[in-house]
Amino acid sequence: MTSETNPIWALVWTFGLMSLFAVGGANAAIPEMHRIAVDVMHWLTDKQFADVFAISQLSPGPNVLIVTLIGYEVAGFNGAFAATVAMCLPTALLAYVVSRVLRGSKGARWPALIQASLVPLSIGLMGASALVVAQASDRTWPAVLLTLAAAVLAFATRLNPLWILLAGGVLGFAGIV
Amino acid sequence: MSLDSPPAAASRPDLPLSTAQAPPGLVALSFAFAKMSLAGFGGVLPFARRAIVEEHRWMTADEFNETFALCHFLPGPNIVNLSFVFGSRFRGFVGGVAAFAGLVAPPMVLVMALAALYAHYGDIPALRRVLAGISGAAIGLLVATVFRMLMPLIKRRDVAAVLLMVAVFVAIGLGRLPLQLVLLVAVPISLAITLYMRRRAVT
Repeated sequence: MTSETNPIWALVWTFGLMSLFAVGGANAAIPEMHRIAVDVMHWLTDKQFADVFAISQLSPGPNVLIVTLIGYEVAGFNGAFAATVAMCLPTALLAYVVSRVLRGSKGARWPALIQASLVPLSIGLMGASALVVAQASDRTWPAVLLTLAAAVLAFATRLNPLWILLAGGVLGFAGIV
Repeated sequence: MSLDSPPAAASRPDLPLSTAQAPPGLVALSFAFAKMSLAGFGGVLPFARRAIVEEHRWMTADEFNETFALCHFLPGPNIVNLSFVFGSRFRGFVGGVAAFAGLVAPPMVLVMALAALYAHYGDIPALRRVLAGISGAAIGLLVATVFRMLMPLIKRRDVAAVLLMVAVFVAIGLGRLPLQLVLLVAVPISLAITLYMRRRAVT
């Protein structure tokens, strides 16, 4: 069965492969998700992508569950399940194997070394995530202002992020942004 | 806590002295990870730390940090990787599966329900506006996280790291290049720079 006939395999292949390159966690992989889901595969429109991003950030649980929403858009509940498992399980198994291998060697320095070298890349990727979703979502000046205000609030205060998200939702509902 | 406290539903074999308390059973593991996952709005890690170190005392803070560092350099959703490694530390492979399922399954079911609702009602104007507002705020949160992570690099005046970060941002965010391609170039460069800096710092 090829990926053209069965969208489930396309999801499994896409997210299974992507997870292996998801440096810096799920939020850093968002540009790649957007590139594939919107630009390459045309699974979602730009607007839908911004929507599923919003829903995934608002829901509890790991942020990686944006792939559950993408999977659902492609192939319903089966697609949602397949995309989630494909994105989560391979690297979890990899982490399990590596942790067992490393367990004896307490002084192994290379994990710390690799982690340190990945930090600037992760930050760059997350910055790109913000830009990619902003281009899909923040179409008006009030929306851009809302993003900036949320950024300043979250950076400068220890306010629970959930309140900032809900405030954004209320402003949206009121038609201000 | 007394060591001779009677086992509850799950049997508790002799525990290694390194852990602060008896290792949890499979059900307890699954349940604990489900709880921290469902509490974790905008990131599960702080909740995981609180639950594992402070609430259940399954690990000391040092053990937590060590395990965290161990799998943080690997690709993939970090907290999901963590759940598997944590679970396996307590109860072997099956423990890993239990913690993983506890972390992923409940919020996944919830998100599936939201996805179904969105598919049905996603075109209602009021909902469209709400989602646009949430999305705008969520992008702001992401921007704040970026600057939080960036501050230590700026304070250290780590010019090379900041340049690398900007290069990745431009390649992915503006150039929209494939992730694999960018990492194939950026990871070796970053690794080489980090190695060089460490060597220079030592000598």
